[in-house]
Amino acid sequence: MSGSNIRDLYQQVIMDHNKKPRNFREMLDANHLAHGNNPLCGDALVVFVKMAGDVIEDLSFQGSGCAISVASASLMTEILKGKTIEQAEEIYQQVHKQMTNEDADPAILGKLEVLGGVREFPARVKCATLSWHTMHTAMESDHDISVTTE
Amino acid sequence: MGIFDIHAVRKDFPILEQEVYGFPLAYLDNAASSQKPIQVIEAMNDYYRQDNANVHRGVHRLSQRATDAYEGARSKVRDFIHAKSDKEIVFVRGATEAINLIAHSFVRPMLNAGDEILISHMEHHANIVPWQMLCDEIGAKLIVIPMTDRGELDLSTFDDLLTSKTKIMAIGEVSNALGTINPVKMMTRKAHEKGIPVLIDGAQAVPHMPADVQDIDCDFYVFSGHKMFAPTGIGVLYGKEALLEEMAPWQGGGDMILSVSFEKTQYNVLPYKFEAGTPNIAGTIGLGAAIDYMNSVGIEALAKYEQDLLVYATNKLTAMDGIRIIGTAENKASVLSFMIDGVHPHDVGTIFDQQGVAIRAGHHCAQPVMQFYGIPATARASFAFYNTMEEVDALVDAIEKVQELFA
Ligand SMILES: Cc1ncc(COP(=O)(O)O)c(C=O)c1O
Repeated sequence: MSGSNIRDLYQQVIMDHNKKPRNFREMLDANHLAHGNNPLCGDALVVFVKMAGDVIEDLSFQGSGCAISVASASLMTEILKGKTIEQAEEIYQQVHKQMTNEDADPAILGKLEVLGGVREFPARVKCATLSWHTMHTAMESDHDISVTTE
Repeated sequence: MGIFDIHAVRKDFPILEQEVYGFPLAYLDNAASSQKPIQVIEAMNDYYRQDNANVHRGVHRLSQRATDAYEGARSKVRDFIHAKSDKEIVFVRGATEAINLIAHSFVRPMLNAGDEILISHMEHHANIVPWQMLCDEIGAKLIVIPMTDRGELDLSTFDDLLTSKTKIMAIGEVSNALGTINPVKMMTRKAHEKGIPVLIDGAQAVPHMPADVQDIDCDFYVFSGHKMFAPTGIGVLYGKEALLEEMAPWQGGGDMILSVSFEKTQYNVLPYKFEAGTPNIAGTIGLGAAIDYMNSVGIEALAKYEQDLLVYATNKLTAMDGIRIIGTAENKASVLSFMIDGVHPHDVGTIFDQQGVAIRAGHHCAQPVMQFYGIPATARASFAFYNTMEEVDALVDAIEKVQELFA
């Protein structure tokens, strides 16, 4: 690995979403919500979901973390908004695969392929997955619960 | 002694001569754990090759040699921290275990509901959690000496915090998150004026400056080998003999007894009363070798060199735009914690690593310090006497790289 790999991790899309996170707001009428924490680095975020039937009508997050975790959360809200639970689940599985070195489907990942850069940085995989785990937990519960990765 | 030769010193640390991602390694994570000189590695090797046997037991030759080496290390520690007697030196796993031992065997038996334990806002979790657990169990109160924006202890109310209810004061000599050197001698004197026993956590002090428990006059002093060029898994509890004598053992087993019957067990004399079971013999020998090594370099000399390094690094970072140094105390040792504007410390750590610069990014097991500054983490460079000015320059280059990437 050489110094140039750092550009694979911190790609333009990541830097942009870190600087200007999308859907970065509290959602007062959310019907699902979960807290995500990474106690080792202090990353902490809240994911808000508003479901209409089985469609994700609105998705937002708040919190603080490193560029990877913020960008990942921001991208997630952008991609999943308007998707059905089933579609969201499929994307979640593909994101997981791509970060754990399994073959993932680029057609499903689309823009989310930029998150694949963390594969080469095992210490950072948890930064990228925190928001996704938190979203997954939020969807599965109808009350406030916490997720912890470390 | 006196003349410090950095080139000679570096030759003793083979691990430093490597490249990481094509860059020369700059190991600036010494506050987490230090590297070991070849003399320490060899001493442990020799023990396993030639003398390996259990201590205090055998009549045979190897056991004798192992015991001599083990007890020899105890005397080296005694001289290193200027204790009065070998009996005051108890070998433990590290600073954490030593603090837990004192909490359990010294403080717990005399702690009542409503009593107080005094620590400071800048303690390592190892000097917070054992006291908190004890307070929760007994219904005692944890009292915290506040700190200032510069990262110094705020002693304006100190006299009032030392009360008739305070059962122990436990304070770090050097903060691992900020590098602040605390005035432990003065604080110990004031605590003693009110009859309060004092524990000093010297984990971040002993690698960087001369240690003198009699000068501080503390009742207990604790530190870990691995932060002072010795192996992991060995550390020291110093206690004044009269106090250790009064204390009950905390673990039972072999070595800590004189005689055992099912009716009654007679405990061994100091310090063996507190060393139940077969100890970390190789680690202890390694610790002795690390002390010999530090003495051969000269502790005053290495302390002075390290100060030059810290001043050089501090000046460099202060001159840069977009850098905030966390912890700007008047008296500091070894540690430079900082934030780069607009960049999370974790991103800093990863990008540094790609440039061969090893630092720690995180809360440094001192979350209350992070809460004080309202930040989740810092990037922390921490130095040892084998670091060079060129490595500080590599740190500066790495910061510039981060700023360029996040521009
Ligand atoms: C000030 C201080 N005290 C205590 C400890 C705990 O040391 P150990 O983990 O070796 O027991 C550390 C380690 O980081 C420290 O920096």
